[in-house]
This record gives sequence, C-alpha cells and structure tokens, in this order.
Amino acid sequence: MLSVHKVTKIYEGTAFRALDEVTFDVPKGQFLAVIGLSGSGKSTLLRCINRLIDPTSGRILFDGLDVTAANDSELRRIRRRIGMVFQHFNLVHRSSVLTNVLAGRLGYVNPAWSFLNRFPPEDVANAHKQLARVGLSEKADNRADELSGGQQQRVGIARALMQEPDMILADEPVASLDPVLAHSIMQYLEQINKEDGVTVLCSLHFLDLVHRYADRVVALNQGQLVFDGPPKEIDDQKFKDIYGKEAERVG
Amino acid sequence: MKKPSSPMRSVRLGLWIVVGLLIYAYGFQVTNVNLDEIQSETRQTRLQRIIRALFRPDLFEYDREEFQVTVPVYVPCPAGGMEPAAPPTTSDPYLVVTPPCADPRTDVTVEGFNFEPNTEGPLNFIPPSGVSLKMTDVATDGEGHFVVSARLPNRPETVEQTIRAVTRRNVGLPHFSPNAINTWEKIIETVFLALLATTLATALAVPISFFAARNLMKDVTTSLTSVALAIIAWPVGIWLGALLAGWLGMGSQRLMANVGLQLGGVVLSPLLIWGAARWAVPPEEKQAPRRIIRWARMAAMGLAVAVGLVGLFLLADLASDWGTLLRVRLGVFGFLGEFVADLGDIISLLIAPIAAIATGAVLGSLAGRAGQQINERLSGAPWLALHYGLGTVGGAVLGLLIGAAIGWLYEIANPLYIRTLPVIVGAAGGLLMAFRTRHRRPIGIGLTIYYIVRTILNAVRSIEALIVALVMVVWVGLGPFAGSLALALHSIAAGGKLYSEQVESIMAGPLEAIKASGATRLQTIIYAVIPQIIPPYISFTMYRWDINVRMSTIIGLVGGGGIGFLLQQNMNLLNYRGASAQILAIAIVVATMDYLSSRLRERAI
Repeated sequence: MLSVHKVTKIYEGTAFRALDEVTFDVPKGQFLAVIGLSGSGKSTLLRCINRLIDPTSGRILFDGLDVTAANDSELRRIRRRIGMVFQHFNLVHRSSVLTNVLAGRLGYVNPAWSFLNRFPPEDVANAHKQLARVGLSEKADNRADELSGGQQQRVGIARALMQEPDMILADEPVASLDPVLAHSIMQYLEQINKEDGVTVLCSLHFLDLVHRYADRVVALNQGQLVFDGPPKEIDDQKFKDIYGKEAERVG
Repeated sequence: MKKPSSPMRSVRLGLWIVVGLLIYAYGFQVTNVNLDEIQSETRQTRLQRIIRALFRPDLFEYDREEFQVTVPVYVPCPAGGMEPAAPPTTSDPYLVVTPPCADPRTDVTVEGFNFEPNTEGPLNFIPPSGVSLKMTDVATDGEGHFVVSARLPNRPETVEQTIRAVTRRNVGLPHFSPNAINTWEKIIETVFLALLATTLATALAVPISFFAARNLMKDVTTSLTSVALAIIAWPVGIWLGALLAGWLGMGSQRLMANVGLQLGGVVLSPLLIWGAARWAVPPEEKQAPRRIIRWARMAAMGLAVAVGLVGLFLLADLASDWGTLLRVRLGVFGFLGEFVADLGDIISLLIAPIAAIATGAVLGSLAGRAGQQINERLSGAPWLALHYGLGTVGGAVLGLLIGAAIGWLYEIANPLYIRTLPVIVGAAGGLLMAFRTRHRRPIGIGLTIYYIVRTILNAVRSIEALIVALVMVVWVGLGPFAGSLALALHSIAAGGKLYSEQVESIMAGPLEAIKASGATRLQTIIYAVIPQIIPPYISFTMYRWDINVRMSTIIGLVGGGGIGFLLQQNMNLLNYRGASAQILAIAIVVATMDYLSSRLRERAI
C-alpha cells in the first residue's frame, strides 16, 4: 500500500536531518503506530507521505503511484485518497460542522461549484451519514468552535472519511485529549481500520495506546528509524533505544 | 563586551544631552516659535473672538419683526431757536430728542416711549439724502422705554432732518439657519462620499490583499517555461479580449434596435450560461475526462462567456435607457432612476476592460499550464532548447512591455530606446534566467508577485489622500466624485496592506487540513482562509469607513467635495460662527462613526 524508501528531510536553513533515510513498507489494512520523542520526526514523516512537506530526497510510493514525483494535479488525486487527522483537529472554526465535513470532498468536486459552496446532494447525504457515524448528527449546523475537543476530533475523522480514503494519516490524534476521550477516538480509528479496511498510520505518545491498538510499530529517534516490529517486542532495551537512556516507562 | 569606564560614560551622556539640546534648539528656530506674537493684544482678542464664535455655532435663527419710529431734529438750530414739542399723549411708540435742535457733533439725549419691551436695534440719523448714519444702539427695558445719549453727525442742514429708532423682535419659534441647512446637506454628502470610497476600495483591496500575503504566496513556484509562456500570452489575451468585446458590442447594437430582442437577450443569456455551466462543469468526477470532452467543454464555456458579454451589453443599455426614463417618472425618487442609468453606464464602460483582462488571465493560465506540460513531458535536448528559447522570448516580450510603458510615461518616440534596447536587455535577462534554472530549479513567482504588490501598495499608501485628491480634481473636476476617487485609491493601498496582514496571521492548521484533502489552491483559500479572515475584514472595513469619513471632512479643502468646502469658505469669510456649525457636525459624525464601528466590530467577531 505504502512504501517509504530512504526518505530524508533537511529543513531549509538547517543542517539537521529531521528524517534520515527512513525506509519501511506498510501493507494494506495495517494499523501502524509511529512513536518517538517530540521532535523525533513523527510529524515530518507523516507530512512527507502526502507531501504537505516536500522530502529532500528519497521516494514514496502510494498504491504504486510515485508521490514524490507527482505534479500538482497528480498529487491532488493522491491526496484525496489519503485522509488526515490532526493533533489540533484543524477545523475551520467559523464554518459549520457540515461545511467542515464537506471540505473533505474538495479533492473530488469540481472547483468551480465548490467556490459557490455547492456540493452534490449525494455528498451532503454522505456528510450527514459520516457525522452520524461519529455520533454528531445533531451538531451539523453548529459552528465548529462551539464543539468540545473530543467532538472536534470526531468531526476531523468524519472529514477524513468523506475522502473515501484508502489510508488515514493520524498525527497524534489524541495528544490534546483526556485519556477517556483518547480511547474513544482511537476506537473510531480502529473501527475504520478493521471494518473498512483502511490502512492507518498513527503517531502516538502513550505506549499503552500503542499496545492496545497497533498491529505494528515504527519508532523514530532523531530522524532515524530505530525500531520496526510488533508492539510486544518493545522490551526495556528497545525502549531505551527509542526514548533515550534516562527514560522511565510509565505506561 | 567590556563596559566603558564610568568617566567615559558620563562624558558620553553629557555629549548626548548637548546633541539633544542642539536638535531642539534648531527645531525651535525652524518652526518659528514666537512667544511675543502670541502674547500681543490684537492676537489675543482675535483668538477670543474665534473661540467665542466656535462656542456659538450658527444653527438657529428667528424670523424678525421690525419697528421704526422717527422724530424730527434740526441740525443746527434754526434762527430763533426752537421750543421743545410737548410730549404726545398717545400709547403709540414715540421718540423725544432733548434738545430738539443742536449743533453738529454735539450730544443729544434720545428717549423712547411705548416701544416693545426688551427689544434692541440701531438708532440712525437720516439726512435728506436718505442714507442712514448709525448713531448708536438702543435697548428697551421691561416697559418699552430707553434713554441714550448720542452724538449728532456733522451734517448741517437748514431743513428738518430725522432720527430713527429701529427695534427688532424675534417672532415665533427658532428654526434652522441657512448655514445649518447647508451644513446638514454637506455632512450627508461627506458620509456618502466616504461610504462610496470605502466600498470601492474594499472590493478591490480584498483580492489584492491575497497577493500581498506572504503565507499564501511563498509556496507558489513554477517553471521558467510557464512564466515565459504566460508573459507572452497575457498581452495577446488582453488584445484579443478587447477585440472580442468590441465585436460583441457592435453585434449587440443590432439587437438593441429591437426592444423585444433586447429583453429576450437579457433574459435568455443567463439561462444559456447556466445551462452551459451545468453541462461543461460537472459537479464531481472520479476519473479525468477524455481530451475531446475537455476541449468541447472549454468551447462551450467560451461560447457561454461570449453570450454573457452580449447579455451584459444589452443589460447595460437597457438599464441606461430605463434609468433615464425612471428619473423623469419617479419625481422625488428620481435619483433611483439616475442610479440605474449610472449603473448601466458603468457596466458598459467596464465590459471591455474586464473582458480584456479576463481573456488575458485565461490565456495566461492556459499558457502557464502548457509550460508546465513542457516541463513534465520533455527532457534532454528538446526541453533544453525550448527552455532557453522560451526564456529568451519571454524576457524580450517583458522588455518590450516595459519599454512601451517607459515610452508612454516619458514621451520617448525613439525606437532604439523603447524597442530595440528593452528587447535586447529583456532577452538577455531571460537567457540568464534560463541559464540559472537549467537544472529545473523552480521560479518563486509567488514571492516575486508578493514583492511587486507590496512595493506598489506601500508607495501608494505613502501618498496622502489630500494630495491624490489634487490629481483627481484635475481629472474629474471639482466635487465629491474627485474626493471619493482619491479616498478610494488611498484606501485600496492602506486596506490591501492591513487585510494582507490579517491573512498572514491566520491559523495554519485548517489550511494544512484542507490542502491535505486534495483541494486546489483556490479551494484552500475559499474554505480555509476566507472563513478565518471575515471578522477582521469586516472590522477593518468599518474602521476604514470611519477614517474615510474623517478624511472626507478635510478633502473639501482641496476641492474634493464634502463639508470641508463649506468649512473653508466660512473660515475665509471670517464667518466663525458658521464654521463652528461645520466643526460641530464633523465632531458629531466622527464620534458617531467611532461608536458605531466599534459596536459593529464587536458583533462581527
């Protein structure tokens, strides 16, 4: 499904390798957790996959399509198949929940009609369906910033689902939420992964979440891939490799 | 870093103080600070007069009733003297002069009886010539009686002369003075002048602000071939568009000859456009359509645009005709008809330039896309040849355009300076660019546009609206129209900068999210940028209107219409009470605008 090959990212004006020749493959339908300290390159990696950040070198293939070499319109066609969920939800606060969800459809609809805020009726029906799926059907007409954090993240998931994605990139989707909400959001992602067969790449902070939800883990430390395997293989030695010598296991 | 030793620091401090003193001494010198003048008595009385007048604005006045009472007097006394006449026993008003005759330039006592109580007016001396020479002012007491001592003028005559007392009384209720009515009319004009200027400026400043926002523009990069092809295509498109609009305009003249056809055209053209749009712009496509379909759709849209242009021509003409008709028919509301007619004229004036620019934009973007295709499809020698070739030609065309602009500005006719040299320089520049981007390095066209727009905005913004008004008065003549154009130009620049700073300060998260869903750049702007900037845009527009109202009060000083014109007139006529009314009106309007705009801004967030 996804193949990341020797991807390196050096931000302009720095010599630091935010990603250093990261290589791994993700088969279809896998729930992959990406772990590592803050600043280890998790967000950069996820953003390189849909090229919100352009990698400096390396190659990324998505479903056989070369993401790194795609031109603007090819890239948009790839992006619309990859949903993305963000730590800070990234909803447009002043727009309605429904508009936020419909925005997930922008890669499909004709730009000319979307400028007039007109979406095909089946998209609107689908948006209501996705909102119902995350339990927010009665909030469709509310402004997005009237919702609580957990509700906003569910809207974010509904937006990603509107894309009918083959893969979802979740960038620390629960880091801004309390543990109870965290589990509820993770369960939505799990459900999407198990029921719809959508591949999920999810960066996470807490190891208990990793153990509970992930099929497989890749770990980054200073931009380098330091671990790749099932969650149960993370023993104390591996833990110190990933999080540093002084780290203590808490979760 | 080592700190200098303390004596050194003291010396330096002393030096700074001396420098400061020098600066302020020179400042006093050049600003002509003149303490003697402001203490002189004449200056102070003038100041008093103005201040007192300012606190008594000329707003209300009464209708007045006038009473005239005369009494004969001899100047000098006739030979043999004169007996004082016995006071009449009457309830009518009368005057008594004691003595009844006297030498010129002597004082007499004038007493008035049975006048209207508490009135005032002048006491005049009327020689046989009939001119009235003012002796003094009189004011009656509660019983309608007054006594004054007045000096007789140097008008010796043998015949009887007259002293006349005129008293005036206010009648009825106070009403607005002509000055107040003028002030009202002009302040309304001022507010609307500011409103029009702000509206026009906002409409133009909003799109401009996106080009002046760094966060939106910095990612816009493209290949040299695209830029070069776009540079070539833009002028061609503008020329073609102007030509097309001209033809369509002529064609629609024929339709205008028949009212039925004209009405039909106005009604049918939007329907046709709607139909074409429904067919050519499908709501959603999973697969990219075949090329032939794409071409057919483009042709359909082109036709729709042509139909739309004809429709607009017809509509403009219709509005123009009907507006003129309505102006006559509607009576008091004739200005509505005038407005419709003006709108029609504005549309017909704007069709050609807009069509030209739009065609330029369409051709430019098509050419840019073609350039992108060249960049993606070709490689090796063919690509390199096109890359250098197009770079050189694009540079030459740009040089030619700049040469034409210079030729127009400085009225140069010599083709060496406006054609040959610019083309050579431009081609060389293009070649250099092509050489520098020979490894397919993208050109940061977005940042280039950003810097150009920013520079222009800053330059225009630094010219005060008052000065722009001077130019506009030359162009469109004295009056509020010149003022609103001047304010609009200044507001575009100021607003464009303010708005673009708002765009730069939006949250990046939603932008990223919309982009990640596969949206185009324009979709990203509409769905992620615009919702975020609506509150600050509304608040800045209100603030701008507020500023423009304030500015328009003084734009009249240079002939830009509005209340400033009246104010200046009254000041020049030393009619300070009149001017005071205008100043009061300005203060009220500015304070009201201030309050309203802050309330509206609160609500918009």
